[in-house]
Amino acid sequence: MAEAAIELKGISKNFGSVRANRDIDLKIAPGTIHGIIGENGAGKSTLMSILYGFYQADRGEIFVNGERAVIHASNDAIARGIGMVHQHFMLVHNFTVLENVILGAEGEPLLKTSIAKARSELERLERDYGLEVDPDAVIEDLPVGLQQRVEILKALFRGADILILDEPTGVLTPAEAEHLFRILRQLKDEGKTIVLITHKLREIMAVTDNVSVMRQGALVATRKTEETTVEELAELMVGRRVLLRVEKGDAHPGDFVLSVKNLTVEDMRGVKMVDDVSLDVRAGEIVGIAGVAGNGQTELLETITGMRKAVSGTVTLDGAPVELTGEADPTDLRRRGMAHVPEDRHNMGLVLPFEENENAILGYHWQDKYVNGPFLDIEAIRRDAQEKIEKYDIRPTDARLKTANFSGGNQQKIVLAREMEQDPKVLIVGQPTRGVDVGAIEFIHKRLIDMRDQGKAVLLVSVELDEIRSLSDRILVMFAGRIVGERGPDATEGELGLLMAGVEEKEAAE
Amino acid sequence: MSAPYAKLPAWADYGLIPLINLTVAFIVAGLVVLLIGENPLRAAVILVDGAIGRGQAIAYTLYYATSFIFTGLAVAVAFHSSLFNIGGEGQAYVGGLGVALVCLAFDSVLPWWLTFPLAILGAALFGAAWALIPAYFQAKRGSHIVITTIMFNFIAASLMVYLLVEVLKPAGSQAPQTRTFLEGGQLPKLNWMLEAMGFAVRSAPLNVSFLLALVAAFLVWVLIWRTRLGYEIRMRGHSPKAARYAGVSEVRVIIVTMLISGALAGMMALNPVMGDQNRLQIDFVTGAGFVGIAVALMGRSHPAGIVPAAILFGMLYQGGAELAFEMPGISRDMIVIIQGLVILFAGALEHMFRPSLQALFASFSPRAVGAEAKQGESA
Repeated sequence: MAEAAIELKGISKNFGSVRANRDIDLKIAPGTIHGIIGENGAGKSTLMSILYGFYQADRGEIFVNGERAVIHASNDAIARGIGMVHQHFMLVHNFTVLENVILGAEGEPLLKTSIAKARSELERLERDYGLEVDPDAVIEDLPVGLQQRVEILKALFRGADILILDEPTGVLTPAEAEHLFRILRQLKDEGKTIVLITHKLREIMAVTDNVSVMRQGALVATRKTEETTVEELAELMVGRRVLLRVEKGDAHPGDFVLSVKNLTVEDMRGVKMVDDVSLDVRAGEIVGIAGVAGNGQTELLETITGMRKAVSGTVTLDGAPVELTGEADPTDLRRRGMAHVPEDRHNMGLVLPFEENENAILGYHWQDKYVNGPFLDIEAIRRDAQEKIEKYDIRPTDARLKTANFSGGNQQKIVLAREMEQDPKVLIVGQPTRGVDVGAIEFIHKRLIDMRDQGKAVLLVSVELDEIRSLSDRILVMFAGRIVGERGPDATEGELGLLMAGVEEKEAAE
Repeated sequence: MSAPYAKLPAWADYGLIPLINLTVAFIVAGLVVLLIGENPLRAAVILVDGAIGRGQAIAYTLYYATSFIFTGLAVAVAFHSSLFNIGGEGQAYVGGLGVALVCLAFDSVLPWWLTFPLAILGAALFGAAWALIPAYFQAKRGSHIVITTIMFNFIAASLMVYLLVEVLKPAGSQAPQTRTFLEGGQLPKLNWMLEAMGFAVRSAPLNVSFLLALVAAFLVWVLIWRTRLGYEIRMRGHSPKAARYAGVSEVRVIIVTMLISGALAGMMALNPVMGDQNRLQIDFVTGAGFVGIAVALMGRSHPAGIVPAAILFGMLYQGGAELAFEMPGISRDMIVIIQGLVILFAGALEHMFRPSLQALFASFSPRAVGAEAKQGESA
């Protein structure tokens, strides 16, 4: 076998106490498409950012075509023939395609001459690789798929032999994605090496030659794509580690507390993030929504909890409708008994610079027990926080400590304590154990089961399949904004994995 | 990105770092003095002596500080909601109109202690009104508050010139200013306070609005850290997303914060207009609105930091005037340079010495500054 196009040896990178990459060894053969798969936060993007010079590794070495490479900045990477297509495009919106392509690589002091040179080179590239784009079109007039092509052209124009694509299909329609894969195969046939970062199993199977799986900062396996299966990859990605089987009895579902009917939500670009979703949650049951991150779960949660507008559909809480079109009011929903543990603990569920006790009332700071007229009842707030600290075993036990100084698990307990102690009718929970240590996971799971047994309706969204399977009484699978299937708690991981990967319902049932 | 939450002990954070920043600012300023051929040590002695050497000097220093406390508080309140109100200058200017209108109407019928509360109200109302329009545009239309408040400074200046020249000027007078207020529109001086402490004061403009400024500083502390509104202001300031999650209306918080900020800036006018000049003059604010930004930065937006920072800037103002008088080589502009350096090091470069100081502290007691992560990284 020829020399590896890229070889990483012992790459490690920490952000504070977070070990984003640990001791990663990876070889990428020239002229292949190599997939890197893993959940959000597994360290894929960090690894590629190190390769492209955005970050410096704390330890480890990089070899490009057999030569040791020191990459301090993206220019070093470009000089080594590495090009990157970012998840969020780096294009100047009011420039033409041609202007964007030469930006930073003009080569001449006068724009006119460099543009003329670039034009013929660009035409050659477009011809050779089937990447047709009008060089004089302005970026903002182009659809997303073509904008991505411009990004690829930019990399090729700079002489890239190794092309890294970071979650390239996140913004594409299925047809555009299909076209992208054709282009990638063509680039491979021309001898280019391609690294495809994704969390979508189907894409790995469709287009790669080899695949490496990352989990929690480590590279856990590398396989030849033809010798592996979706099930195996899903298992590697999620990790079987501790099978957290929580002790729980049968559910005794009562009345419908939360009903979502034909809910559709679009993002700012008008892309449907939640597509005609209907679901019901009854008192005394946990409904879990499984799915790979980014398939509309975030938007679904934010819409139900009044933080995001819906395009159409209805949400009913305890028989009364929830306002979805105008200025929604999360406070009103809290009054009506909806508690929300948000996915984004750091930016949404907590204000990290606040003292712990200040976060223990976030969203409920209007309640009589916490205020004296316009003043905060500081003593009551601190006493209340101290009680929750003891009840939920939050450590350290200092209610006046800055929240940022608590560990992830304890931060999550602060949020859970706040929301659960409100005695809500329905509890909406997003990624309850993301970034949480194992000990706290068990505690959090127990509390969620307790809530169910107290007759609360619990809607749980998680990308951790184990979590969904061990907690839920019913499992819904979300893919591309739609609910693509419903299963009981005894569904196998493989079965759910296929649904999560967007494999059709019929196939999955076989 | 390493050790994102590393922190210093409070005394180092709030005492040592400002002190280092200030020292560096003065060293660089000393170099500039050296460059123009004067003795920096002598200049420093003159400056400090001119600011606090005599009772007279202290009274002037505190007079200037009074204005800066108000404008510093105004900027700080807005900062807590991550709004950068640089319109303090205009808001104070228009606040002066509120003070003057009250004084002109009541100075012949009411004693000063009845005019004063009304004038406070007038100053606050007019200052707040001047902040309302930029606040509304920020809240509803997303127009950036920095741009709009700056523009409103210019509009305020033009408006006041028009009013003073065309409307408020007494008939037959040549000066663009109102008539002098009668005794009912004049604030008593505080010279007795310094004299009671054994300082001799001939005549200085220090007046009761200094005490009002201290009360305002306390009330701002109460507002920010002890009220529900202050809690919501800080929440929005740290994390708009969390505020949205908590059901806090961003529009309401922005507008209310800016009204309070504008009111505080407006109250600055009480000090020169009612306390010293006893009439509304053109350009009476003389940059106090902008100094308020530096004061808020240096005071870390906390009243307990703002009051000393305001006094420091009062010293620079007063001591600087003495310096310009004593050393012909140093003009008034030199003082502006020193002020600029203080702002640069205490504000913009606030974090310059922090990492090395943190490293230093970490080497003594690693756990105290949360440096564990850092060590793990380099291990």
